[in-house]
Amino acid sequence: MAEADAHGGETRRDFILLLGNAMAVVGAAALAWPLIDSLSPAADTKAASTTEVDLSPIKEGQAVTVKWRGSPVFIRYRTKEEIERAVKDDKESMPDPQPDEARHQEGKPQWLILVGVCTHLGCIPLGQHTGDTRGPYGGWFCPCHGSQYDTSGRIRKGPAPKNLVVPDYRFVSDTKVVIGEKPRKPAA
Amino acid sequence: MASGMQPAPQPRWMRWVEQRLPIFSFAQHFNEYPTPKNLNYFWNFGSLAGITLVIMIVTGIVLAMHYTPHVDMAFDSVERIMRDVNHGWLLRYIHMNGAAMFFIAVYIHIFRGLYYGSYKAPREIVWWMGIVILLLMMATAFMGYVLPWGQMSFWAAKVITSLFSAIPLVGQDVTTWLWGGYAVDNPTLNRFFSLHYLLPFVIVGVVIVHIWSLHTVKSGNPLGIDVKSPKDTIPFHPYYTVKDMFGLGVFLMVWAAFVFFAPDFMGRADNYIPADPLVTPTHIVPDWYFLPFYAILRATPDILFINAKLAGVLAMFGSILLLFFLPWLDSSKVRSANYRPAYRIAFWLLVIDVILLGFCGANPPEGIWLVLSRIATAWYFFHFLILVPIIARVETPKPLPFSISEPVVKPAAARA
Repeated sequence: MAEADAHGGETRRDFILLLGNAMAVVGAAALAWPLIDSLSPAADTKAASTTEVDLSPIKEGQAVTVKWRGSPVFIRYRTKEEIERAVKDDKESMPDPQPDEARHQEGKPQWLILVGVCTHLGCIPLGQHTGDTRGPYGGWFCPCHGSQYDTSGRIRKGPAPKNLVVPDYRFVSDTKVVIGEKPRKPAA
Repeated sequence: MASGMQPAPQPRWMRWVEQRLPIFSFAQHFNEYPTPKNLNYFWNFGSLAGITLVIMIVTGIVLAMHYTPHVDMAFDSVERIMRDVNHGWLLRYIHMNGAAMFFIAVYIHIFRGLYYGSYKAPREIVWWMGIVILLLMMATAFMGYVLPWGQMSFWAAKVITSLFSAIPLVGQDVTTWLWGGYAVDNPTLNRFFSLHYLLPFVIVGVVIVHIWSLHTVKSGNPLGIDVKSPKDTIPFHPYYTVKDMFGLGVFLMVWAAFVFFAPDFMGRADNYIPADPLVTPTHIVPDWYFLPFYAILRATPDILFINAKLAGVLAMFGSILLLFFLPWLDSSKVRSANYRPAYRIAFWLLVIDVILLGFCGANPPEGIWLVLSRIATAWYFFHFLILVPIIARVETPKPLPFSISEPVVKPAAARA
């Protein structure tokens, strides 16, 4: 073909074929997206993604567990000793080093709020109930594979790679906290 | 392009697979499937129906992930799909209008078969499998319609299941068994959901047999004559793949127009009212694709010792079941209506008759509509049971061309 010779062996037909196939791929991808995205959390699921907790009934040294986004959240009213122990350990070597002050909100070291899911493989660590084994560091102990967390929720020993996650939360008053919302920046 | 050339030598891994599982030669069969070169656009609707089936299954599987088959939650779960699930409205409208698009494709496909005699030897089994697919589609569409558990859903379920109560002696027991209770209720909804999920895969199975049989006897064509030589055919790919793709583009545009601009055009507003077992809507009608059959159901009067209720049910099922016998009712050896002047007129009268039945089904069975329903129902059976056999015997068909190529090649040769 003369046309093919003039264009290094490529014809108009080759181009149209390529373009047609490319459009088919784009079309299929555009069609696939709604199907795939429909499986992500729906609007009502997202709307139900905060949990409000009243802290007033919790006494010093007590812990409560609430459900937030389908997972347990540990709320612990830490004693002075627990806070001191956590701060003292800031210098110790740990798998995921973090100072205790990065684990609570400013001015409220007594309230430790953590996602109660072991960062190893997702089990729920023990330590919320009186009588639970809390492990040698006085925090939480995961029964599945033996991860040990301290009184700041930091991983100290065991297979878990990360500290217990601190969720976004916001104090709406001294005794009310909304889990799942970022704290508002104080007006400067 | 590829036809007539020697296939390129296969890489070793392809040969290795081929010897164990001949998928490459299978794919090649589809590419090279020798197809008559004179197919018109009416031959697009088989592949359109097939692609529609795939789209329905894919959207249906995802919708099922969001749907709850329980009488207390079904309606709300559908509304949640519409409002909260990402793109849920799009998936549901594609699926909902897809049912109608499926019937459009299949009805045109069937009338194509009736016009061009696609049911005649050697394609009787292709035809039978097609009727089985139609019956399965009707069951699937009906049960899918029940799932949103709106007023029309509920009363459609009630009316259609009550058809079986017309069976003498055991009718009421059969109906109770279908319901799983004393009325249409949660057990009914659960089993309908289960079957609505299952049947499309059964349809896929029957479609495979339909195509298997077709590829054994090969496609018919508008002239209705057999392929005489390889000159009469072209490979399916790329000639008919590209033609099918073009048709698909047009078909999808119509479908998308409904989805985006008139999603509830073919539906009923009553189905956005939650099901209430204590109140029947004032005017209940099925979706348009069932209307002709609905008209037959209501038109039938008492016939001899059979009461109207049973007669209606028998006539409705009979209107489809008699299609199984069509290859023998129509004994004419000429397939295409283009060469059968009398049959051609009868065919178009049948088309008008079925559309008229559709209008009858949409209107209450009173006054003129009842009269028209009865005339149209009678004509439907008269067409298949009396007119077609008689025409086949007395009609003088027009002379058939010698081959598919002849009408094209001969004038060209004469010019040369």
